[in-house]
Amino acid sequence: MNTVPRWRRIAGHVVLIALSFVFVMPFAWLVTTSLQPDTERSQLVPALIPGPKSFGDAAEQATGKHLVYQPTLVQYEKGLTRVPVLMFFRNTLLVCVLTVLGTILSSSLVAYGFSILKWRGRDVVFFVMLATMMLPGQVTMVPVFTIWRKLGAVDTYVPLVLPAFLGNSFFIFLFRQFFLTVPRELIEAARMDGASEFRIWARIVMPLSVPAIATVGLFSFLGAWNDFLQPLIYLADQTKYTLSLGLAMFRTQYGSEYGQMMAVATLMVVPIIILFFFAQKTFIQGIKTSGLKG
Amino acid sequence: MKPSRERRLGLLFISPFLIGFTVFTIYPVIASLYYSFCDYDVLSPPQFVGLANFREMASDDRFAKGLWNTVVFTVFAVPVTMVTALVLAFLLNMKLRGQALYRTIFFLPSIVPIIASSVLWLWLLNSDYGLINASLRPIMSWLNSAFGLHLEPPGWLTDPDYAKPALIMMAAWGVGGNMILYLAALGDVPQQLYEAAELDGAGAWERARHVTLPMISPVLFFTLVMGLIGSFQYFAQPLVMWPGGAPGDSALFYALYLFQNAFLYLRMGYASAQAWLLFIVIVATTLLVFRSTRRFVYYAGEGA
Repeated sequence: MNTVPRWRRIAGHVVLIALSFVFVMPFAWLVTTSLQPDTERSQLVPALIPGPKSFGDAAEQATGKHLVYQPTLVQYEKGLTRVPVLMFFRNTLLVCVLTVLGTILSSSLVAYGFSILKWRGRDVVFFVMLATMMLPGQVTMVPVFTIWRKLGAVDTYVPLVLPAFLGNSFFIFLFRQFFLTVPRELIEAARMDGASEFRIWARIVMPLSVPAIATVGLFSFLGAWNDFLQPLIYLADQTKYTLSLGLAMFRTQYGSEYGQMMAVATLMVVPIIILFFFAQKTFIQGIKTSGLKG
Repeated sequence: MKPSRERRLGLLFISPFLIGFTVFTIYPVIASLYYSFCDYDVLSPPQFVGLANFREMASDDRFAKGLWNTVVFTVFAVPVTMVTALVLAFLLNMKLRGQALYRTIFFLPSIVPIIASSVLWLWLLNSDYGLINASLRPIMSWLNSAFGLHLEPPGWLTDPDYAKPALIMMAAWGVGGNMILYLAALGDVPQQLYEAAELDGAGAWERARHVTLPMISPVLFFTLVMGLIGSFQYFAQPLVMWPGGAPGDSALFYALYLFQNAFLYLRMGYASAQAWLLFIVIVATTLLVFRSTRRFVYYAGEGA
């Protein structure tokens, strides 16, 4: 039953629609700019609606027809030839896939040791892990860089990917919370049957934790896809760049080519938005879990 | 299972974490503390210089500028983003038709990669062709002719006074995550509390003030702390938007200057000293917020 009075419902809709407009406009502007040739932007009022060709002369400006533009992929063609976006795309996918695999594997194993197995000192170690999540990355940034430099791993994907195989505190926490809900009897029964702990992890706990795996997979993918700092520090050779580095490079070198820049940015944003529509529930659930720590 | 065996197994399972924690946390924390008392350019071994790095911070104008910008940004951006997220959550919590669509629209900007949103906002904020000034121009020209004013749309990216307001606006666009947290918290407020308040004659404002806000205060507190920590470490957006630095260093932030020292000027020792000061500031602020808000944060089940 909705007890909100009618006039407040209407007022609510008006405000929500106005705010939606404000929040959507940047996206519309992003896509619309990427679909226009440069010449049509010479007018001061932006064209926003795709449609038949307009010329933007005085008569059309008066009728509002200058708001209409003819979509074209020319900015994508130019942008993609200027910067090897597809290669960056492949590189980013490689880093993402490895990061996701490593994170799910290591964080779930570690979480198993922090939840299903009981041993003295376990909760102290777990608490130390949670406490160090507060540590700002800047403190460890320089020594970690010198480690990778000494190992000759700078300008490879190793510094971006290998740490994922050693567990991530937040995802360990997330898996642990989930594993604690797995019925103890199932685990005890498997032990009675002589199953090893590794087997219990693989055959009982993990299959029951699909929602947790989805959340960890999604957020570690998102983290790797969006990451800018690590690639910036470790990658030098342009053929190894990820999308975020490639886009930042585009900004530095061709910063006035807005149409092309928006085309490349669109290519970086669209996969994330598609992902959101496929995994909306997991997204929302994951964000709520991040707030549970507080 | 024998306790000693279970313990061995436990340590085996958490061994990836133990290795990672030792190599990427414990050792770096100790090393960076040592570097912060050194001159260190990576290429040659660190030279111990005592407190020189910390003394330099006290007299470094760009460091002071970065610190000041960060404080100003934090003081405005944290409240602005929290209030924006709260307003959106309140509106969504009215559970009007189309709520799911509205929620998606408000949430999406928060998952746009920082680099993509920085580049996008660069274009939105462009003073000649950007959408923001294109929208302001007709409004301002109407105001100018109606009231004889001389308003001009600002040069968001070129005028030192407007760099930080532009970045705060950008931050307000990406509040989707906090909004989801607030929305979940609002949904958890027991309906009976509202009904009881209404019986006692409380109006909408009083119910929000005395029922809703106390009930969601743990989440508000959590997002305040996370917002402060995030804001102290803010650096990627200005780095992308002004690769050569904003006019008058108006968008030089603490973490950005730290990053420049480390990887642009190869002053790793100086950067480490700044990182440690940042850490101390973060811990101190968190404790301060903990103590000063304890009175205002209500945890259900604590027996009020």
